[in-house]
Amino acid sequence: MKTVFVTVGTTSFDELIESITSPETVQALKARGYERLVLQVGRGSLLPAADSCPHIRLQAYRFKDSIAEDIKQADLVISHAGAGSCLEALGAGKSLLVVVNDKLMNNHQLEMARQLHMDSHLLYCTCSTLTQTLRTMDLSVLQPFLPGQPKNFANFLDKALGVQ
Amino acid sequence: MAVLEGAVFAILLTCLLVIIRLYIVVKTGPNYKPGAKGPVAVLVVAGSGGHTTEILRLMESLSAAYTPRHYVIADTDRMSEEKICTFESSRHFDSESQVLCNGPGTCVPLCVAGLLLGILGMKKVLLVYVESICRVQTLSLTGKILYPLSDYFFVQWSSLRDKYPKSIFLGRIV
Repeated sequence: MKTVFVTVGTTSFDELIESITSPETVQALKARGYERLVLQVGRGSLLPAADSCPHIRLQAYRFKDSIAEDIKQADLVISHAGAGSCLEALGAGKSLLVVVNDKLMNNHQLEMARQLHMDSHLLYCTCSTLTQTLRTMDLSVLQPFLPGQPKNFANFLDKALGVQ
Repeated sequence: MAVLEGAVFAILLTCLLVIIRLYIVVKTGPNYKPGAKGPVAVLVVAGSGGHTTEILRLMESLSAAYTPRHYVIADTDRMSEEKICTFESSRHFDSESQVLCNGPGTCVPLCVAGLLLGILGMKKVLLVYVESICRVQTLSLTGKILYPLSDYFFVQWSSLRDKYPKSIFLGRIV
């Protein structure tokens, strides 16, 4: 069953949860062949009841110790622009659509989403353009995301600090 | 009147001495090689959510030479505490780490405390700052404050390396 996994990390993003469960958006998902929608709502006040959405199989929860399994089972990940969420989805090799929360003050999250979008690693949109993006998106343009290399940091530090 | 003048002079002199000492402390960073003498004790400041994930990826790459490892987290940050405990117990070498709880936004005051130890001539504490991967074009406020004071200041995107020439760019490291 083609699955979409929505994650907001440790934040609250009611507008995204509301948008993704709206009839037009669900319709757009169905038109793309998605039949299952899993929502990780974090600290948000909206926690839709299971299967409360007609036409699509819905599951929702706040937090899990690890969302790795949900990411693994997803065909598409829709995420807030938090670095951890994005890196986890990209690290699992999943197609990623980032929804930017334009209500956040000093939205520095945009910087990374914009850069990764420029490098063709993800698509991005806002809540108001979510439905349209889902209708028209082309996931085949996305490039694989190579993991970061913390060993470079370790080697540099060892050398700089004189570690044997 | 002479007492007041004397007091003002003493204060100005102290400020000048502190500034000179601070300058010396910041400048001697590159020459300090604690790894040559034995294990390197580490104090790790874990911010909320994603920042903890980033810093644990960096800690994962460090060898057994970096011990003991002390972590400072916000006292409200249960998630970070769990992530750190899981990470530390998955390491197989002698785990002499400590988790310290403090209020949020602890990073800058801790670094100031480290600098103060140096200024007072008590101990040289190296400041290693890694800017978050989500900072592509601009530094965080913490980054801006610590850029002139850090011994090693890492950025993860070339646009920041261009803007902050003293920074170290090794590509994405988390």
